[in-house]
Amino acid sequence: MKRILLSLLLVGALAAPALARETTMNIQIRSAQLRATPSFLGAVVGTADYGASVTILEEKTGWYRVAAPGGATGWLNNSALTTKKIVMQAGASDVSTAASGQELAMAGKGFNSSVEADFKKQNKDIDFTWIDRMEKIKVTPAQITDFLRAGRVTPTE
Amino acid sequence: MNLSHAYFRRWLTGIVVTLGAGLLLSGCSTIANVGAVVGETAGVITPQQGDSIRKTGEAVEKTFADITPEQEYYIGRAVGATIVSKFKVYDNPQATEYINLLGQTLALASARPETFGGWHFLILDSDEINAFAAPGGFIFVSRGMLRLCKSEDDLAAVLSHEIGHVELQHALRAIKGSRLTSALTILAVEGAKSFGGDALSSLTEAFEGSISDISNTMMNSGYARKQERQSDEVAVRIMKGIGYDAHALPNVLTRMESQLKPGGHDFAATHPPPKDRVKDLDSMLKKTPHVPVPAVRVQRFQEALAGI
Repeated sequence: MKRILLSLLLVGALAAPALARETTMNIQIRSAQLRATPSFLGAVVGTADYGASVTILEEKTGWYRVAAPGGATGWLNNSALTTKKIVMQAGASDVSTAASGQELAMAGKGFNSSVEADFKKQNKDIDFTWIDRMEKIKVTPAQITDFLRAGRVTPTE
Repeated sequence: MNLSHAYFRRWLTGIVVTLGAGLLLSGCSTIANVGAVVGETAGVITPQQGDSIRKTGEAVEKTFADITPEQEYYIGRAVGATIVSKFKVYDNPQATEYINLLGQTLALASARPETFGGWHFLILDSDEINAFAAPGGFIFVSRGMLRLCKSEDDLAAVLSHEIGHVELQHALRAIKGSRLTSALTILAVEGAKSFGGDALSSLTEAFEGSISDISNTMMNSGYARKQERQSDEVAVRIMKGIGYDAHALPNVLTRMESQLKPGGHDFAATHPPPKDRVKDLDSMLKKTPHVPVPAVRVQRFQEALAGI
């Protein structure tokens, strides 16, 4: 009995720091791609949307292996993540928390689509057509890998 | 992403200073008045804090850090729209696809591979030698600049330098602190869904001012020499990381020096003399070996940009 208790204590002691380390971070870009390896050339294994809270499983220079809501796991670059919780639709209490603390950011605060729409109304000579078009130009990791190989470009990182 | 305590301290101080400065500046403008009222109602700062904020006078420096990636994206879109409304776009799908392939590859080696809306590249139909980097990763290169490049490595140097401006957020630093102070006073306490008419028009006013500050800096006055050097440093790091010849950057600059017209409205007006940057690059690249450029890479560059 004593031994069992001791082992339980030991397990508890070992588990405690692991639990303390368990942490979540939040997606601060429109859509983040989870990758199989900590590299942009890694295959995409899932996605996580703006504001989603992900659990950090592992860290490797500039990259985090995370579990996304829904269970997908994969590597995310740190530029996609923030420690601030992102509130998608702020209620009154969120507003005062965001104003007084550093732990909260509101999606759509400040300069946002409503401000852009108002700006467009007042600046009819400024045309956003090409901006919308250029945003649609996407390049896949497979295309980048082929591009590097065909041009005999050898990344050092 | 910033995990350090120093960052948090700065951020927290930023919010408090921002709100305080909003109150301080609230005398004449509607923007600040809205912010001040909201700030007071929210009870975010005490009169004591207000006093200490008045003494620090750091509002300009602090507000900048509070621009989220999402807001940077909207600023970038509007700056980009301003640029393409002044210069026409060169609508050549093959060339555009190529610079996006190259540019998005290079951006992977920057310190900010992921921006809110991603990295995007467009060609401007202009003979001027010019390139612009709008916040969030909207990058524009003129046909004149493309003609100056003789190889993919040359073009990689130009694009990497622009990526550097985005990474270092130089454009955002061009926004006058007073605008940010006013805007952030509102946005620190009010969510988008609850904007009233007054708050929206005040924000749009601050937004318009910010876009014009950035556009003027980019198209008329230019960045400081120090910022150009910092972007050159990023460019060298990116090119080495991806595997391009970083010596292409001083090569392009030297070619530029011989082609820029003194007193012109292009790159010459908004950048320090190329020879000064070449001098800085000489010491940066002292220990960097040349990377041989294979013919196949030059060939695909020429094919993609044929007729430019």
